[in-house]
Amino acid sequence: MGLGSPLQIQSAASRGRPFKLSYFRGSGWKAILVLALLIGFWYLEASRYSHRGLGFIVPYPNQVWTIGFDNSQSFSALTHALWNSVQVIFVGLAIAIVIGVIWAIVMAQAKWAEQALFPYAVVLQCIPILALVPLIAAIAGYGFEPRVIVTTMIALFPMVANTLFGLQSVERGQRELFKLSGAGRLTMLRKLQLPAALPSIFVGLRTSAGLSVIGAIVGDQFFQRGTPGLGALIEVDNSRLLGPQLWAAILTAAALGVVIFLLFGLLGRLAVGRWHDFS
Amino acid sequence: MTTTDLSSEVSRATVLLDFAGTEMTFPNGTVALRDVDLTVSRGEFVSVVGPSGCGKSTLLRIASGLEHASSGRTVVRTEHVGYVFQDATLLPWRTVAKNVELIAELKGMPTALRAEKSAKVIDLVGLSGFEDNLPRQLSGGMKMRTSVARSLLMDPELFLFDEPFGALDEITRERLNDELLRLFVEHSFAGLFITHSVSEAVYLSTKVAVMSGRPGTIVAQFDVPFPMPRDPDIRFTPEFGELTGKVSHALRKAHG
Repeated sequence: MGLGSPLQIQSAASRGRPFKLSYFRGSGWKAILVLALLIGFWYLEASRYSHRGLGFIVPYPNQVWTIGFDNSQSFSALTHALWNSVQVIFVGLAIAIVIGVIWAIVMAQAKWAEQALFPYAVVLQCIPILALVPLIAAIAGYGFEPRVIVTTMIALFPMVANTLFGLQSVERGQRELFKLSGAGRLTMLRKLQLPAALPSIFVGLRTSAGLSVIGAIVGDQFFQRGTPGLGALIEVDNSRLLGPQLWAAILTAAALGVVIFLLFGLLGRLAVGRWHDFS
Repeated sequence: MTTTDLSSEVSRATVLLDFAGTEMTFPNGTVALRDVDLTVSRGEFVSVVGPSGCGKSTLLRIASGLEHASSGRTVVRTEHVGYVFQDATLLPWRTVAKNVELIAELKGMPTALRAEKSAKVIDLVGLSGFEDNLPRQLSGGMKMRTSVARSLLMDPELFLFDEPFGALDEITRERLNDELLRLFVEHSFAGLFITHSVSEAVYLSTKVAVMSGRPGTIVAQFDVPFPMPRDPDIRFTPEFGELTGKVSHALRKAHG
């Protein structure tokens, strides 16, 4: 395929054992057991910290619930931040999908286009995004847009690499069949390459979705002002030593990551699961 | 050895595929084909037998237009050419019916007409009831039937087969051979069939051409005198055995 190693790293990471809801049914008691053990360990640690007067660093789980979630002030701060982050994630991800798919389609048209454009996808992947954040702030300010830019940049590479891989995975025989039937480039793309690439595109999308959560929170932690999301809330709670609220925000961010990962896994199965096995 | 020149018996007007001195040299210098002379006429089913890598698939790719011969004259005298590849090359996201309609769809046949024709050819290849199945739900033989139906829908005058049944088990292969013969008798297309099985070649064909190893060239041609439609039990007659023996002998001689 001539894609080099970045793609392999990417697909190895994203083609791991798929996370399935069914883990929680039937034999799900094993996972629940681990959760119970973790919560038990959490209580143990919380009591150690609270004896040393550092209870705000590791609060008791029940405190996280009562103060962090089940409290109208904390809850409204949390939902507000969550909503801001969700908007950044979905807009950033949507832009990454559009740019990534178009970029890959252009590269799939000719070997020279791939040679000219693929190195920049790799460069994009290699830039430590945090190094760029101050520059992005200087150019785009501290509002919604710079957050979206960071999210898009971090989510773009898996879309580009996986879409390109998918477009190029079309079997030679199928391509020849289309050629013999007089299909042009556009027909070939629409009826052969894009459908064939869909499974790869969804693999990329799942990876990108996970990354976009990271992008949104990292961007947020730097920008703070404008439309503060979960990252900003985590920073604020942390600096004010609001232990339970901080833990509630972290747990919400984690849950958001899991939900988005599951959502795109489900979307992929709905879209192509009929004819393709994700495993 | 019986070598027959058919051009004297068949009038030139019905020759649909004509290789005359066809040669193929690949850019890396490999000579795949040298001085190939072969004709396929209406009503003829011609098999080319030879071992793997002798250039017989290249011959078929030249006929289809996927490759261009480096020299010689290759003439295809019809617009209606059907192809069946080694793999069924079905699109996994399309149902059997939608796969069968693919070529027609790409060539712009009106929807109603191609739906009507697709139902007809699906019935012809014995896939009725499987129209809405996806390729992953089909056996290897059913995939090949779908592939044949896809080309059959276009009413080909010249049908090119590139070792289509090579990957199938013998029972399925023999059944598909019989069905291909039935289609040949009913639709009277001209067939060019690439295979490495001597008995398959003799059973299916009106003419068998033996190809030598690289560079590939036709070293012998045999007329198959058995009448169509063929009785499957013809395979067990002494005449059939004698002819397959002759073809095998020619193959061995060509390949040392």
